[in-house]
Amino acid sequence: MSARRLIQGGRIDREKSLRFRWDDRVLSGHPGDSLASALLANNQWVLGRSFKYHRPRGIMSAGVEESGAIVTVGKGDRRVVNTKATMQELHDGMEASGQNAWPSVRQDLGAINGLFSRFFSAGFYYKTFMGIPPFEWGRGTGMWMWYEKFIRRAAGMGNASREPDPDHYDHVHGFCDVLVVGSGIAGMSAALAAAEAGLEVVLVEQDWEPGGDLLGQYGAEAERRRQGMVQDLQTAGVRLMLRTTAFGLYDNGVAGLLERVTDHLKDPHRDLPRQRFHVLRARQTILATGAIERGIAFGNNDRPGVMTADSAGLYLNRYGVLAGEQVVVATNNDSAYNVALDLAGAGAEVSVLDARARIPGRLSELAADADVNLRNNCTVMKANGANGIRSVNVAIRSGGTRSGGTRSGGAWKAGSRQDCDLVLVSGGWSPVVNLMSHRGVRPTWNADIACFLVPEPHEGIRMAGAAAGCWTVNDCAQSGLSAGRAAARALGREVTIVDAPAPGGWESPIRPLYEVRIDGWKLKSLVDPQHDVTSDDVRLAHREGFVSVEHLKRYTTLGMATDGGKVGNVIGLALMAEALGRDIPEVGTTTFRPPYTPVSIGALRGRSVDTHFRPLRRTPLHDWNLAHGATMTMAGLWHRPWYFARDGETISEAYVRETETTRRAVGLCDVTSLGKIAVQGPDATEFLNRVYTNPFAKLPIGKARYGIMLRDDGIVMDDGTTWRLGETEYFMTTTTAHAAKVMAWLEELLQTRWPDLRVHVTSVSEQWSGCAVAGPKSREVLAACVADGAILDNDRFPFMGVIETELKGGIPCRIARISFSGELAYEAYVPSDYGPAMMDLLWAAAAEHDGCLYGLEALGAMRIEKGHVTGAELDGRVTLEDAGLGRMGSENKSYIGSALRKRPELLREDRPRLVGILPRDRSQKFNAGSILCHPDAVSGLGEGWITGVTHSPSNGHWIGIGFISGGHEAWDGKTAIAADPVRRGNVEVEIVSPHMYDPDGEKMHG
Amino acid sequence: MIRIACPFCGERDHSEFTYGGDASVVYPPLDAPAEDWAEAVFLRENIRGMQAETWHHVSGCRLWLIVERDTMTHEIRSVRPAHPGIARALGINVEEEA
Ligand SMILES: [Zn+2]
Repeated sequence: MSARRLIQGGRIDREKSLRFRWDDRVLSGHPGDSLASALLANNQWVLGRSFKYHRPRGIMSAGVEESGAIVTVGKGDRRVVNTKATMQELHDGMEASGQNAWPSVRQDLGAINGLFSRFFSAGFYYKTFMGIPPFEWGRGTGMWMWYEKFIRRAAGMGNASREPDPDHYDHVHGFCDVLVVGSGIAGMSAALAAAEAGLEVVLVEQDWEPGGDLLGQYGAEAERRRQGMVQDLQTAGVRLMLRTTAFGLYDNGVAGLLERVTDHLKDPHRDLPRQRFHVLRARQTILATGAIERGIAFGNNDRPGVMTADSAGLYLNRYGVLAGEQVVVATNNDSAYNVALDLAGAGAEVSVLDARARIPGRLSELAADADVNLRNNCTVMKANGANGIRSVNVAIRSGGTRSGGTRSGGAWKAGSRQDCDLVLVSGGWSPVVNLMSHRGVRPTWNADIACFLVPEPHEGIRMAGAAAGCWTVNDCAQSGLSAGRAAARALGREVTIVDAPAPGGWESPIRPLYEVRIDGWKLKSLVDPQHDVTSDDVRLAHREGFVSVEHLKRYTTLGMATDGGKVGNVIGLALMAEALGRDIPEVGTTTFRPPYTPVSIGALRGRSVDTHFRPLRRTPLHDWNLAHGATMTMAGLWHRPWYFARDGETISEAYVRETETTRRAVGLCDVTSLGKIAVQGPDATEFLNRVYTNPFAKLPIGKARYGIMLRDDGIVMDDGTTWRLGETEYFMTTTTAHAAKVMAWLEELLQTRWPDLRVHVTSVSEQWSGCAVAGPKSREVLAACVADGAILDNDRFPFMGVIETELKGGIPCRIARISFSGELAYEAYVPSDYGPAMMDLLWAAAAEHDGCLYGLEALGAMRIEKGHVTGAELDGRVTLEDAGLGRMGSENKSYIGSALRKRPELLREDRPRLVGILPRDRSQKFNAGSILCHPDAVSGLGEGWITGVTHSPSNGHWIGIGFISGGHEAWDGKTAIAADPVRRGNVEVEIVSPHMYDPDGEKMHG
Repeated sequence: MIRIACPFCGERDHSEFTYGGDASVVYPPLDAPAEDWAEAVFLRENIRGMQAETWHHVSGCRLWLIVERDTMTHEIRSVRPAHPGIARALGINVEEEA
């Protein structure tokens, strides 16, 4: 193995050196290098270990299809695993390491898996469920759990950072007339043609330099041509986006682009996003995505030192690296000859083994002139060497015709051994039709040039260049021009249409060759090297009954690695076709799905992190609450006071004191987060009467009513109070959690179902600040704050009364006498800006009565004591009866949900019903989330569940609220088990009515 | 990745809208029998092709719209306000359904 950097040639800057760390070594490369080319220049061959068998792996290609040089790049919280070294630009100070090996890629103990490869064959994962024949040893889920740990450790794919991602990512939305993907000669020609027709063109290129295949061609002419075209693109105003991958095509001309902004920089500016995720909407799209060279399945075709022929040309001509001194090129087509000649020109000793019987005369002459040893009817049957290549065994065609041998490449016999240190393979080319496949287009097999093509445009998407099966530079240019003009014509431009060249372009046809198999030789040949899928695995899958390629793919995991089948799919299909005795077109192809290359989760999420993902909502009383000692907690999106600790109180001490103070004297609580909707119009009363389950037709002005609304299917949607302010005006409150949903629902009803109702709904949640004033002294407190305290007299302002008045200082205010806590209580609302002023007034008055501020914890304790439901109970599965609110369902009117709430299943007596829960041993605690079980059957789904618990200040012990089959009547005198096996264990509980405090409501009516 | 031309706001990204449901469903009167309601609420055609749907411009003008959308290609054929009075106010002809 003797790869080395040449003293001249390539697109690298030899004047400058870049030092980088590879595992425990410090190496150097040059600007212009990829990590792979720099490693190759340093003669590093074993770069990783394979997925299942821990076979040594090295560089196999020079592009996105790489399946060997998959490495970890970066350190600390910027450690990125599964990076293709072939796509990673080298920068100074880079840290990279091999993957999937311990202690190192060069001495890996996991390679012992290779000795047990029989157990890792196709369908291994599925078979472990069934046990290993012949005795189904190790059968069952338990054993699978055991295997899984072992599999995960053995089959790792790198070790990702566990730290939060320190980088940020941007989302960009854009538009253009024509999107061109790929900046090879076809893409540049297409972009130019479209731009010259006056169209706005975006040209995206995943590489860091434009030019595609021109970058890997030898000589000054290719470079002159490349530079000239780039210049023309700039002149024509084409927007060229480098380091940008079109990873997916979607409906309506949308392309997903991933732009790598800083991955190639040593010290990126901290304001730069690491990557940008573009949603680009193009009216026309041209895919000049090139083609990927296929391998041939021969023995040890995954050894470091076996690579695609084209990539060796790229390493030579682009990076100035000669990958080997003694090179064997195995080909079945014309394309590898240029590489062979270039390598010979650079001083390597080159042999070409051409699987074809006849070789075009011109190529033979060129080979002879360059001292390239050329043999026809030959190929490689097996590569020899452990961590590199020492020699190959040559295979010689026997019989010579297809009929004598297998379909996947004819019959072969073993030939002599030939020394070499590099094996280059060209088994043909696969046009990159992946993006077209994203649009649901099935490519068709072209037997003449042995590849899948998409001949017809679809949804304004066209293929061009090698992606359309054009193999020569001039055909690619013509194909690009044709596609660019066609796109311009489709957009109504007066341009002359140019015919696209026919696919192909080689002097002599390809002779399909997918696998070299010789009787009597046991060859391990890889179809999908990244997932360690062998040709035997494909045949095994067929023997085990898998005949559809989609099943084959899933069973063997062929094509399911990070390369998405770019390397192995066609060979796998060919082998499957052979096993089935059919041709490739009859077997079909699998569907490529986005992304074309992996997209980081960070790019998908963009800026939608933390509060940008989950916006924080604060009430207008936020600062006031904080200034008065609130500890805040999250309630949905809202930040709300949790408790107001005094003098070092714990949360438990604080909420118990708040509850006791409220029940004994008075407490104030910020309730601004409740949803508030203004319902106005001549038909507002009729509307509410249809929406709520209970009667609203006769609610007097100046009264509020508790209401429940159902969904169409009869399940409870939300509850709240609605206040009648006038003949045509109501003020509706909803739960905090469902405010937005209720608003959208009311709009839907008014706009789609009942357009005849003259009603307007307006969300006023943010226009009003609210405070609950609760407790026996609440009337005195409020009376001290309103302009005329007499209006609060019990006679003038009874339970469920509503008034619009003014607080002292002329603050407009609306007050309802409603209670969530179970005490005498009011809710007062003022325009939001007056919120803090209202709190100042109320708090000063409450202090006169030794009152307190209370938070969600005390609120929760009081509502559980009262058995009031919240979102935890109204979880979308609960009927009125389940929630103990059956009396809320009017029998004298029809309303949303009234028909379907009477479905027999919903009326069963044994449905889980709302209950109160007490520990049998009053000193014991139990948890929300526990499952309620019958004592004889503490397993399975149980009989019910607990939705909320609190240490009840009124009762002096823990209480809970939840649901259990049949409700509390069915469990009267019986014991249930609150099962919480993971946290607390099982607690014996008794089931009681949910109204555990003042069940007759004397306090709130008082 | 559809865009919806809201008759009030103009063409906007689908992320501003929420999907409602099948716009061809005719909900029965509130006092209709449970069978009629069950059919309206639970039974849906699984249409391959053009389908009338309700969409809510929830991050825009809050109009409920009736959108004709091809479920295979996401092509949108038409957009109009669900409320006929709003449609008239916006100068959109609403064909009276027979
Ligand atoms: Zn709108």
